[in-house]
Parts: sequence; structure tokens; C-alpha cells
Amino acid sequence: MANPSNDFSWAAALAGVRNGIVKISILLVVVYAVISLVGLFLEPADYRQFPLIESRVIIWCIAQGHLMFGAFVLGVPIFVLIAEIIGVASKSEQYDRMAKEFTRLLAMSYTLTAFLGGLLLIGLMLLYPRFVIHMRTVFEPTWFWYLAIIFMEVFFAYLYWYSWDLLKNRKGLHIFIGVMVNLFGLAILLMTNAWTGYMMTPEGVEGRDIAITVTDRLQAFTNYTWIPLNIHRFIANVCFGGAIVGAYAAFRFLCAESDEERARFDWMGYVGSFIAVSAFIPLPFAGYYFGMEIYHYSQQMGVSMMGGSFAQLWYLQAILIGALFLGINLYLWLGMNRIPGGERYRKFQIAILVVIATGFAVWATPHSISATVAEMRAMGGTHHPKLGVLGLMSAKNTAVNMMILATFLNFMLYRRGNMVATTRWSMAGKTAQLVGILATVGIVVGYGIYGYFVPIGVSVGFSVYMVLAVLGCIFLFLLIEFPMYKGARSLGEIQWGKMPERSQYVLFFLAVSFTWLMGLMGYIRSGIRQYWHVYGVMQDTSTGAFTPTHGFATGVVSVIVFVFFLLIAMVFALAMRSERKEQRAS
Amino acid sequence: MHKYSLLLAILVWFCIWGALKWVNPPIPGSVMTLFMSIATVSILVFIMADENRYNSFLAPILKLLTEDQLFVPRVFLLTLFPLFMGWVTYERIRPRFDPPYEGRTIHPEAPSTFRFQGKSFDVLNTTNPLRDPAELTNFKDNLREGKSIYFLNCAFCHGDLLDGNGHFSAAFNPLPANFRDIGTISQLEETYVFWRTATGGPGLPMGATPWNSSMPVWQDFLSEKEIWQVVLYIYDASGSTPRTWE
Repeated sequence: MANPSNDFSWAAALAGVRNGIVKISILLVVVYAVISLVGLFLEPADYRQFPLIESRVIIWCIAQGHLMFGAFVLGVPIFVLIAEIIGVASKSEQYDRMAKEFTRLLAMSYTLTAFLGGLLLIGLMLLYPRFVIHMRTVFEPTWFWYLAIIFMEVFFAYLYWYSWDLLKNRKGLHIFIGVMVNLFGLAILLMTNAWTGYMMTPEGVEGRDIAITVTDRLQAFTNYTWIPLNIHRFIANVCFGGAIVGAYAAFRFLCAESDEERARFDWMGYVGSFIAVSAFIPLPFAGYYFGMEIYHYSQQMGVSMMGGSFAQLWYLQAILIGALFLGINLYLWLGMNRIPGGERYRKFQIAILVVIATGFAVWATPHSISATVAEMRAMGGTHHPKLGVLGLMSAKNTAVNMMILATFLNFMLYRRGNMVATTRWSMAGKTAQLVGILATVGIVVGYGIYGYFVPIGVSVGFSVYMVLAVLGCIFLFLLIEFPMYKGARSLGEIQWGKMPERSQYVLFFLAVSFTWLMGLMGYIRSGIRQYWHVYGVMQDTSTGAFTPTHGFATGVVSVIVFVFFLLIAMVFALAMRSERKEQRAS
Repeated sequence: MHKYSLLLAILVWFCIWGALKWVNPPIPGSVMTLFMSIATVSILVFIMADENRYNSFLAPILKLLTEDQLFVPRVFLLTLFPLFMGWVTYERIRPRFDPPYEGRTIHPEAPSTFRFQGKSFDVLNTTNPLRDPAELTNFKDNLREGKSIYFLNCAFCHGDLLDGNGHFSAAFNPLPANFRDIGTISQLEETYVFWRTATGGPGLPMGATPWNSSMPVWQDFLSEKEIWQVVLYIYDASGSTPRTWE
């Protein structure tokens, strides 16, 4: 892709935008031509078999890959825009430069997203034609709008990139273009989630299979899981985007040849991970809401997800999220080493680590323990008399809330690293914060224990109070924190770039873990439909309509993650090349 | 303290291991592996979080691997380590007479409907008819009937105290369910328990290994009302409350 700085003219910028649109148009024409041409030589069929690899697996890989790139190109513009606005408000070149750096990654990822989207369309049309007929019956009118929105998104995204330097003195207009990128991105998210949500929780149709009548298209669009899926994916996209740009910064940090470059990419990695972690904290709550809605739509689907054949995969999820919490806190502790005064807070490391490690252990303790007959006899059943209590939701809700609280506190200590509060009421403020934290711990642990003495339906409801207590504590803490540290005495500037290399591998770990989690959770969400294309409405009668073994499924997820990182590494390399070109040109 | 990072790390690791080993009844191997993995990673995270801690942790290891005067202990360690790994491998693959681990789903998903004595039974929308307000006057009678059915049919496996420790329980793998455990019927709706009782082991889906349950198909021996009565009884006698969604 050409660089906006190479030629500071609107003609060049518009040519870049035109090329972007032409590229997408050619891709769509190719997709249409392939489907039409191949369709001429194929016999009509409900399903077709892909050579060597099972059709379902090939569609799974392409769809997940498309979704990952889609999440990246929809998530990143949100914080690019925020960074640009902060840059304008604080008159900081640094933020503007970082926002541009992120956008550079974005622009290159659009092509890959569109390419994978095209492949997915070809795959579905050729391998699952009957399913496509069903979806067309329900959603055909939305397809035109989808295409129109894609073109608008591409138009604004390329314009946003190519006009970066041209509009550097008219930031308001550039920010407006950024807003448009985000609005059209959001529209794409809402539309695709309607299709996915419909497949899980269909509404607004009567009949079965392809003999259906659409009774209420709007209801089919705004189906039961549409809103929770939108919320969950929106937050997850931001989190995922932050983690990937964090990995990019880590890659650049490790390749850096000067202290200045190291400082720049250290800061960028910190911002990327900060965005990922900030979005990560509310993500379990959004996931919980999504899961609750699935239960409410179909208890059978809910039990499949949490208690049935997919239950074991949640332990994998718990292990990954627990490891993510450890990784995030390690990154913060390593970061404190470059903050003058950060050593004052080293004494809290053990306490925070104990909370995180204990929470991790509780969260990952299985409800149904894999054990030999001898072990089961010793336990007196499949539930350990002492550990059994840790396998239930009350314990797990307590654990996750305590881990979130501990991580938040660690971040606050990091933030205070080089500051000494000078306000007269700082002691009273800190005491109030301590009381708030202790009260929250009391509420979370108290409800956690009380949950064992009430019916399960009641204890599930306690999770809402726990979440509200934690969020309330965070809110009140910050409400005191900001004015308390206003005008604080500085113990020295943060020494950006003075990070050990292992800290950058933590950023890689975060990015890979987030991506793997996304693949795993996507599989669970899709897998709980079991042998239905559209749950309860259109059955999957192909040879691949069975739930694969966990080993196979996690293997496929790993392959997808591996290929995704190969492709994203290519994006990183192209971004570096583009930047070098820009430097040479200037 | 930094000077002894490696030593302290090993000590803490063994303290955690010892404390977990001390738990009675013993923690199954799969969970021990999980807990000790978390402990190991957490200790390493703590060490890596600080430069001094990290360097002093690595120093004795690097010293052992590089310094000439430590040649003998180095050779000893480098010989011992593969031998230790060989022993671990042998322990894992040597023939055993115990049945292997089995990933069994304890609460498999219920079907939305199933065949009960020739008619369709709606699992999702049915409630226990004996809890209807109109039936509450007969609640004690139903409980008494349920108790009688339980002791005539179920107690031999599930036990007099409903703790899964009946006379025949020792012969079964997996063991009969312990209704007093908060992880069993308290987690389930009554219709779920009705389905499990009515269809027994053969009614389980594949993930729950239907060939691995000795639970009879009770719809062949008991009427619908009798099954509801026994469901009512096991909740009442075990002090459990059925799960509800609202």
C-alpha cells in the first residue's frame, strides 16, 4: 500500500482510496465469477465434499480466520480514534503518531479480511448450498445493505489513512472521518451478529428447513442473542485489537536498533496492553450475560454448553484466562522497574500474586474430577468432599471477581509508581479507598459463601451483586484517585525503553492467548448448536454433523491461530517496510 | 533474601506440594497436576517480576552449568535428569490393572423431549405436578410414598442416608450418586432428575458413557406418579432444593 506521506496531494490520496475500492470490487467480481463458473459444472446437491479436508473443517478455518481479521479491523479503529482525540486534546504528537502507526496495521489487514470473507462466501455457496438458500430466504434484503456498508467502510477507512498528513491542520475533519469508519464498522458488526445470532436462537420464521415463511424479518434480525452477542463481540474486538497491537509493539521493540525506538515501542506496547486489559476486565461480565441469554432461550443448549459435552473446554478457558491474569500482572510488575519510585510497591507483589494464584486454582478446579477408580473410592464419589465446593459457580464467581479486583489494584499501584500525593486529604482518601476495597472483598466473599446455603437459582443471582460491588469499588476508587493525585509530586520520568526483553514475550503471550481463547470460545458458541445449522429450524444432515472430540477441535483451533499469526506477521513486516519507505521519502 | 531466590522457590514449591498432599481424602492426580502447574507458574512469575530476584535465581543455575570447579555436580545432574525423566515416562506407560481415566460428563444435556411409557414427555416445560398448589395438601403422603419407593428400589445403591453408599455401591464404577453432595441434585431441575430416573443408564447420551452406568430404566418398573414421588423424597430427605430458572 502506498504511504500517505509520499505525496502530499489530494489527488494521490483519492487515488489511494479509489484503488482500495477497486480492489474490493475486483475481489467481489472474482467471488461472483468463481461461484457462477464452478456452479455450472456441479450437479445440484444439498452438500458437497471438499477434497481431502472435511467441508465443515475448511469452512470452520476460513470463518474463524475471517472473524479474527474482522475483529482486528473493527476493534483497532475504536482506540485509534480515541488516541487521535487524546492527541488533539493534549496537543501530543506522540499520541497522533501512535494512532497513525496503528492505522498502518489496519489498512493492510482490510485486504486480508476481505479476501477471507470472499473465500468464506465461495465455500458456503459451493459446499453448503441448501443452508445458503435458507439464510437467503430470511436475510436476503440485508445482503444489499451489507455490501453497501462494506463499500462505505472501505471508502472511509482508506480516506482516513490517506488523509492523515493532508488533514493534519484540520484535525476536526479527520476525526469526523474516523468516526465514520467506526460507525460503519459497528454497522457491519451489528449485521453479521444478527445472522450468527439467528443461527443460534432463531425467531421470526415458521416452518422447517428451506420450507420456511418469514413471519417477522425484524424479529429474525433482532433475535434473542443479538444484543448480548453485539456487546460481547464489541468489547472482545477492542481487547483483541489491543493485544495484537501490543504484540506488534513487542516485535518492533525486539527489532529496535536505538534507545529512541525502544522507548517508542515500549510505550506503544504499554498502551496496547492497557487497552486490552481495560476491555478484558468487563469481558467476563458480558460473557456471563451472553451465556444467561442462551440458557433463557434454550435450557438444553445452555446445559450442553456448561454441563454437557462442552463443559471440559471451560476448564481450558479457565486455565487460559488464569494465565492471562498472571501475564498481565507480570507485565505491570516488570513495568514498575522502569518507574522511579515503583520499588515502593514491590512489597504488595506477594499478596496480589497469592490472590491471583488462588483464584486461578479455584476457577480451574473441575466440578467433575477425572479420577481413577481407586481415587474415586477414596473420595467417595466423583466429587471430592473438600474440593467439590470449589467446582461450583459460587466459588468461581468469587474467584474471578477477586482476580479482577487484585489486577485493578496492581494497575493502580503501577499508576502511582512515580507519584507522591500532595493533597492535604491524601491520607483520608487512601483510608477511604482501603475501606472500600475491604468492604468489596467482604461482599464478594460473603456472597460467595452464602451462595452455598441458598437454592442454586438464588445463588446464580448473587453474581450480579458481586459484579456491581467490584465495578462500584473501581468507580469509587478512581473517583478519589484522580483528584487525590492531581498535581502530585513526581519522583522522576518513566524510563520508557528500559524494559527487559522478557516483558515483550509477555505481550506475545497475551496476544496468542487472546487469539486462542477467541477461537475456543467461538467453537463452543457454534458447537452447542450440535447437529443444527439453525437451532431447531434447519438440521445439518451432512456427514459432518457430529460434535468432534475435544482433542480434534482444539487442534483445529491451534492450526487456525498458527496460520493467523503467520498472516499477521506478514502484516507486521509490511508495516515495517512501509514505515521505512516513509522515512526514506521524508 | 534475593541471594536465596532459587532455594526459596524450591522450598515454597515443596511446601505447597506437601500441604496439598496432606489433604484427606487425597486429591486426585489430575487436580494435583493442575494445582502444582499453577503453583510452578506463579512462583516463576514472582521471580521474573524483579530483576534482582531473576538474576539471583538464574545465577546458581548458570554457575552450575558453566564453572569448571562444578564439573562433577554438573555431570551428576546432567546424568540424573534424563534418568529422572525416563523414570517419569516409565511410570506413565507401564502396564497397570486400574481402568484408565475417563472423561465422563456427569450432568449431560437432557433431550428436550423423550419417550415415557409410549408417550412424549416434554423435559423443558414440565414441572413436578406434586408441587402444584392443589397437590400440596397431599405433600406428606407423597413424601411417605416416595420414601417407601426409595427404600424398596433405590437405597441398595444410593444408600440409607442418600449418600451413594448403599450395600451394592462398592461394585459399581462410577459410584452411585451421592444426593447429599451439593454438586449433584441441587444443581438440577426436577424434570432433569425425572428424565435420569426414567431412562436410567441406557438413556444417557454418548458423552456420558451410557454403557458405564448401572442405573435401571425405571419407567419399566414405576409409574409416572411414583417417579415424581421418589424425586420429591430425595430432595426433601437430602435437604436439597431443586434448581429453578426464575
